[in-house]
Amino acid sequence: MQLTIFRPSQYASNTEFIIPLPCIHISLMEQNMKLNPNKIFFVIMIFLAGLGLVACGKSGNAITVAGSTAFQPFAEKLADQFMAGTPGASVTIQGGGSAVGIQATLSGAADIGMADMVTLPKEALTLKTVIVARDGIVMVVNPKNTVKTLTVDQIRDIYNGKIRNWKDAGGKDHAVTVISREEGSGTRSSFETIIKNVTLTKEAIIQDSNGTVRETVANDINSIGYISHGLVNDKISALLINGVACVNEEINKGRYPLVRPVFLMTREAPQGLSKSFIDYILSEQGQKTILANGLLPAK
Amino acid sequence: MRLISEAGIRRILTGIAFSAIAMLLLIVLFILKEGLPFIFKIGPGNFLFSSDWSPLNGKFGIFAMIVGSLWVTAGALIIGVPLGLAGAIFLSEFLPRWAMRIIKPTIELLAGIPSVVYGFIGVMVLAPIIREYLGGPGLSILAASIILGVMILPTILSISIDSIKAVPNSYREGAFALGATHWQTIHMAVLPAAKSGIIAGIILGLGRAIGETMAVIMVVGNAAKIPTSVLDSVRPLTANIALEMGYATGIHRQALFATGVVLLVIIMVLNYAANLAIKNMVKK
Repeated sequence: MQLTIFRPSQYASNTEFIIPLPCIHISLMEQNMKLNPNKIFFVIMIFLAGLGLVACGKSGNAITVAGSTAFQPFAEKLADQFMAGTPGASVTIQGGGSAVGIQATLSGAADIGMADMVTLPKEALTLKTVIVARDGIVMVVNPKNTVKTLTVDQIRDIYNGKIRNWKDAGGKDHAVTVISREEGSGTRSSFETIIKNVTLTKEAIIQDSNGTVRETVANDINSIGYISHGLVNDKISALLINGVACVNEEINKGRYPLVRPVFLMTREAPQGLSKSFIDYILSEQGQKTILANGLLPAK
Repeated sequence: MRLISEAGIRRILTGIAFSAIAMLLLIVLFILKEGLPFIFKIGPGNFLFSSDWSPLNGKFGIFAMIVGSLWVTAGALIIGVPLGLAGAIFLSEFLPRWAMRIIKPTIELLAGIPSVVYGFIGVMVLAPIIREYLGGPGLSILAASIILGVMILPTILSISIDSIKAVPNSYREGAFALGATHWQTIHMAVLPAAKSGIIAGIILGLGRAIGETMAVIMVVGNAAKIPTSVLDSVRPLTANIALEMGYATGIHRQALFATGVVLLVIIMVLNYAANLAIKNMVKK
């Protein structure tokens, strides 16, 4: 059986309309291919059997947690500890964003949803929610940037596009590259709710997670972005806001403005493994893990 | 052991082949069903020719993204086509057969590198270079064009090689007999004869460039505005869908499907135009 390769003459003659699909790989296999029909049949059967096995992999003692990309790394750490202490339990953590967490919980695709917004949207009202942590949002710039503190008004002006040059915010004379998150992101909605009256400038670069915002800021000396406090590392520097640093004491005193709660959500009152996982996060040990990794405990 | 007859095999293969077409049809129908009602609700003019995109405030204008998609695709072709074509001519006309047998599969491997890897290289290497030497945010049309140009290179190259190789040797012998030099033979006899295949390769590359999402999201910056230079950041249609897909509910979700409809129409129009062009060329 010969697999024919792409020939321009065929292409030109009787094709009315072609949706482009990568077809070049066929030419790699062109030489010495001999396929026996029975073999093809076997391969197909084995493939289908494999699919069947994969499909029935889900068992009872497993839950799925999905949502906020900011809380995801903490949830993963907590899940590992929880699974180590609870034999046979399996907790899968997925990201996707706060809105995904809400949707997945509503639809039942996830047992527990994670959302980190100052105010939950109205479709989440039917869900049972519990605050498991609080998270500071930090304005981050490149370590080479000389600006160390901004006021809330300056941040608003930067994101509104009124301040376009760092010299207007006390820095050197270079243009500001504004980095924001996509519409619907929990971090962005919390940021815009707290800062108030933000109409994001059209010049703003949009990145789709806390991690990519951090990488972009680490690579670009002109840029400013906002990320979850738990994700700050030494490749970027965190700005003071109104001269106040994002540290636990200041947040507890209510002096640092950019703070949001982290919600876990379930469709019904949590039970079974979901309940024990949430209880574990709220336990002393779970809260200690949250604190040790840069977030604030719930209480 | 004979499990199944010759005719049975043929039926199975026919079924599988048609299921692919059925899938395509179902996808198109689904996108249209989800997207068209939205377009008619807010009006095609508002949707297509406004650049105000702010779904949570009920503003859905994708003009800037259409422009962005076209810029990035055009840039990819400007970089990918000359490289691919020159490479194909060199590999098929100037290199001995054994060398091509090594080099062509190697280049085809480029097509197998996952797009996220291209994106990563773009963010880590290309964007900082552009920012440093040319200015702007670095994440730009230029960066995306270069990355996409490299990504579509193997498609264009490989199909161009196949079509140049398919030109009968009698054409070359005829040209040589008339006293043409090697290069004259290539650009006056071989290339015109292989033209339709080369253009087919370019169309496939174009399809990949306009539909590529992952690498593009990473390097293009995703600012939803009309670009004024190649150093500006833009948001192509595919990036718009992928970025906001996770959050979109209700009318926002419909708007993303409508974006998909526009993307589909653009690809269909480009394909159709290119196919017409091929037909006309073959007639001459």
